[in-house]
Amino acid sequence: MDTSISQDEIPRRALPKHLRSLEAESIEIMREVIAEFRSPVMLYSIGKDSSVMLHLAIKAFHPARPPFPLLHVDTTWKFREMIAFRDETARRLGLDMIIYANQDGLARGISPIASGSSAHTQIMKTEALKQALDLHGFDAAFGGARRDEEKSRAKERIFSFRSQGHVWNPRNQRPELWNLFNMRIRPGETIRVFPLSNWTELDIWHYIMLERIPVVPLYFAKERPVVRRDDAWIMVDDDRLPLAPGEQPEMRRVRFRTLGCYPLTGAIESDATTLEDVLSEMRSTRLSERQGRLIDSDETASMEKKKREGYF
Amino acid sequence: MDGVDVAGERASKDLLKLLTCGSVDDGKSTLIGRLLHDSKQIFQDQLSALAKDSARYGTTGDDIDLALLVDGLEAEREQGITIDVAYRFFGTSKRSFIVADTPGHEQYTRNMATGASNSDLAILLIDARKGVLIQTRRHSLICSLLGLRHVVLAVNKIDLVAYQASVFERIVSDYRVFASKLGFSSIEAIPISARDGDNVTSPSRKTPWYGGPTLLEYLETVDIAHGTADKPFRFPVQWVNRPGPDFRGFAGTVASGTIHPGDPIIAAGSGHASSVKELLTYEGSQSSATAGEAITLVLAHEIDIARGDLLVSSASRPEVSDQFAAHIIWMSDQPLIPGRSYLARIGTKTTPISVTGIKYKIDVNTREHLAAPTLGLNDIGFCNLSTGTPVAFDPYEENRKTGSFIIIDRLTNDTLGAGMIAFGLRRGTNIPWQATLVGKAERAAHKQQKPAIIWFTGLSGAGKSTIANIVERQLHAAGHHTMMLDGDNVRHGLNRDLGFTEADRVENIRRAGEVAKLLVDAGLIVLCSFISPYRAEREMVRRLVADGEFIEVFVDTPIEECARRDPKGLYAKAKAGAIKNFTGFDAPYEAPETPEIHLRTVGQQPEQLAHHLIAKLTELGLIR
Repeated sequence: MDTSISQDEIPRRALPKHLRSLEAESIEIMREVIAEFRSPVMLYSIGKDSSVMLHLAIKAFHPARPPFPLLHVDTTWKFREMIAFRDETARRLGLDMIIYANQDGLARGISPIASGSSAHTQIMKTEALKQALDLHGFDAAFGGARRDEEKSRAKERIFSFRSQGHVWNPRNQRPELWNLFNMRIRPGETIRVFPLSNWTELDIWHYIMLERIPVVPLYFAKERPVVRRDDAWIMVDDDRLPLAPGEQPEMRRVRFRTLGCYPLTGAIESDATTLEDVLSEMRSTRLSERQGRLIDSDETASMEKKKREGYF
Repeated sequence: MDGVDVAGERASKDLLKLLTCGSVDDGKSTLIGRLLHDSKQIFQDQLSALAKDSARYGTTGDDIDLALLVDGLEAEREQGITIDVAYRFFGTSKRSFIVADTPGHEQYTRNMATGASNSDLAILLIDARKGVLIQTRRHSLICSLLGLRHVVLAVNKIDLVAYQASVFERIVSDYRVFASKLGFSSIEAIPISARDGDNVTSPSRKTPWYGGPTLLEYLETVDIAHGTADKPFRFPVQWVNRPGPDFRGFAGTVASGTIHPGDPIIAAGSGHASSVKELLTYEGSQSSATAGEAITLVLAHEIDIARGDLLVSSASRPEVSDQFAAHIIWMSDQPLIPGRSYLARIGTKTTPISVTGIKYKIDVNTREHLAAPTLGLNDIGFCNLSTGTPVAFDPYEENRKTGSFIIIDRLTNDTLGAGMIAFGLRRGTNIPWQATLVGKAERAAHKQQKPAIIWFTGLSGAGKSTIANIVERQLHAAGHHTMMLDGDNVRHGLNRDLGFTEADRVENIRRAGEVAKLLVDAGLIVLCSFISPYRAEREMVRRLVADGEFIEVFVDTPIEECARRDPKGLYAKAKAGAIKNFTGFDAPYEAPETPEIHLRTVGQQPEQLAHHLIAKLTELGLIR
């Protein structure tokens, strides 16, 4: 078994106090879940937050390996580099990776192109997630969401109670006092757990750098084929992206701050090719992380709506 | 953003957790919006979304409404209030901050307590026009009970009182009088305008009479050293890590103190002793671990330790008791009922718990102690409690991690309340169990039967006592030794002092259950006929005896049928309003979900039902 986090032999630099305390808090949360739930799973979305969450899990259970499988809900529209990174990570760490796609949605031809971002997200992410959780009977699922991402995320508990059918009712969440989490559920009810709740985007990048955690290369600037759409650079990752008449992909030096389905994820023009560059770029940016997520700007409160329906 | 520590050069940068609290509309959300905005944590796309939202929901005319940065739920935007606690983050070159933005409305006080439980400091907002209000006092009291020692009194909307020093001074002196007994070690008063930014991140020219720090300056420099590293070593065991036969480690987070390899430790509950062999993390063995560190502890000898145990330094041990006194903040619409069995989570341990007495509840306005039979939503009480198994704890004042607990409903699993232990009660430890020479099994063997409680529950007039009487007659005739406890009869004697409120009904069943248990110890088959409307109490009686010794019989008669029969004329009285708290009318009945025996009485004769019941008891192997 190889649970080494990085092949890099350079000794890691000491963590600042606030990162050490965030790290310890996340580890404590993960251990609580393992101690109390029958069948936990970790949602693995391949992005930077997932990478940090997985890294923390390996620390939390050392010398045992993380005692739960990873679940990747595949919309079939992820960047090719993400899928390659996912498979490489599972192989490198020797972890059990469940890959699930909503077959019914695929059969109906649901795609971000044909169905629009909202229906695609609902069917291929939210529905698929619920199907996968039900199929395997998971009673607790780790997610990498952070409270600084979005307003309704900021309201989220660390242990987010979901009633039968995975429904989130923001008025029916349990108060969380001290570190005494109430993890008791009845059959059919589930809990989503957010061990990175108190981390910020900056903490995540800072930690990735200091701990030398591998991330998908799409986060670093490189010449990539893109087209300009609705003020965003959309990468032409494969030939499924229909081009408008006269639209011609051009090579631009771009990178991504957040990763999702490639037709719905805007790149930013950037020269940041190292973690140090990424961090200093963050210092000067005037735009938020989720600005590149087309699915967030559908309508006001759309994240809350998606969460009520069972979105992570 | 200000100050990205690219190479981790600010290795000492720390994290301050704080909350904002106070009354409704005093500007908490606006203040947080202002702090985020002025410390440049708001991005361009968020600002343009804010401008759009302000035009739609805003309350500040043509200006942007900073409160909308944090009130994220739809209902909050529609009503312009904060419902749930939200967590916000900002950082300066000196510190990282996590702010719990908590609601002002009284009905959401539990969310305020939630925020306070994880904070080091409170910003208490006061509307300069309104002064000290009841929520100011309630929130101060909760902050004090939860052990917060630093309060910033932010007198907001100072612009709306023409920046008058006299208004500010009067509020501050009112507050200091009220807070003098709350045990805060510092109260820093700052006049601000969250809307305009006065004294928030930069000093205001409009308050020349104020010479203190700005709010942000204060937050960056206040000393919040916890001192938890110097306290006695406490380590609640979270999880036993056993990847193979060669390794057994106890994973957890150090709650207080410092530990080194070689240090002697004790499992507080059992008293088993060992010493630390290794402190393991992913990075390898450590030479010490201190409060707040998540580690895995390997011991020198095999002793029996599991999740829920508290490992402590042998030099300074916590109290271990099954009875203690504690402050409780009640957070549920359903009242706290003394005698009812709940679950408590203390550290990593979960145990049954009940309140044996409410000493008083606290009037949040006057801090007066009031008598109270129950605690309702948002009440704060001081109670005696009893747990199902002994627990190891420290007084909350000495250790927040080992002196706090939450109360959970056994049936719904809702979190009902939060507790802070004050001290252990000696009475539990001073009354040891007296071993008797003749036991239950021997007494039962003498009678050649299996003792049990046959518990009849159902509405008044359902037919419980009628059926129970026939059954007892037949069991007696067959040579069994029985006893009958009837709800009405018990109320003439043992329970003469009890009425029909929820609290008294709980106590009624608790006493009946204890008597039934004694009779089971005597080897008898005990027939109990009680309306017993609450599931929690029936479950409590079930747990008093061994598995299989409690047979719940649901005498299921619809209320219309009971009212038609009305054998005691009680339904007629209830309808006329002459009886209060009558089950099925103005008091609830919680039907059993999975009774051992379910008797539907409509269209059946009592003899048939009794016959059916006896057949079931035979099937269960209780009688021959």
